[in-house]
Amino acid sequence: MTTPHSDTVDEPAELRAPARRPSVWRGQGPAVVAVSVGGAIGASARYGASLLWPTHTGGFPWTTFWVNVVGCFVIGVFMVVITEVWAAHRLVRPFFGTGVLGGFTTFSTYAVDIQRLVDTGHPRTGLAYLAATLVAALAAVWLAVTAVRRVLAWRRRR
Amino acid sequence: MNWVLVIVGGMVGAPLRYLTDRAVQSRHDTVFPWGTFTVNVVGCLILGTLTGAAVAGAASSHLQLLLGTGLCGALTTYSTFSFETLRLTEDGARLYAAANVIASVVAGLGAAFAGVSVAEALWA
Repeated sequence: MTTPHSDTVDEPAELRAPARRPSVWRGQGPAVVAVSVGGAIGASARYGASLLWPTHTGGFPWTTFWVNVVGCFVIGVFMVVITEVWAAHRLVRPFFGTGVLGGFTTFSTYAVDIQRLVDTGHPRTGLAYLAATLVAALAAVWLAVTAVRRVLAWRRRR
Repeated sequence: MNWVLVIVGGMVGAPLRYLTDRAVQSRHDTVFPWGTFTVNVVGCLILGTLTGAAVAGAASSHLQLLLGTGLCGALTTYSTFSFETLRLTEDGARLYAAANVIASVVAGLGAAFAGVSVAEALWA
């Protein structure tokens, strides 16, 4: 998760980098712990899913596919709720958004799974997996954001 | 034991992404999500190398759970990647959004293939 880039917009130039550089790390202790605990939970959930629904060699990696798509849907819901509705504690976003969801979803397994499929003589499955994950993940985050905003707008009108 | 390895890997990988993202974004005054891009490509390189080593019989299943499932899985992210792409589209930066998708996939796959090749050259 990135910090808003407008953070430094209103500051005088002389107060900015390089003298301010160390401030990136200052006071990060609680957030780092929150991200770490969340990451352990997310990674465990993904590992559990891989044990429950193992993918056989050369097959379409459905488990990683659904892990990533579900994670993208949930981050869409979460980000709208946390920025537009719920004034949450400042550690909620690092814990859940960066930690749990970031630990749950994975880009490295996605890329290496494609490499394995190509390398073991299943390039078409690899290409289908590449495209399907991209399309489904981006559609899921868009759908989640749009749906939650519609529900919020409908509730405000009532 | 297996769960402990995944948990320890995740506990290290996720904050590594958080801190790398903050460090990288603080050095770039751009809307392009360089932080997420960086961790995803680095994670693909590490996991590619690890997988190549495992295929060559040089990496144990315990090491794969610790560094692969745990560390690389938590270091890299698909959720933040998609969300940042959507945010770029909503902000009207469609070119950046498309560039983010293409660059992440091309560089991530390139890193994964390169990692496997390097590992196979080293250990096969």
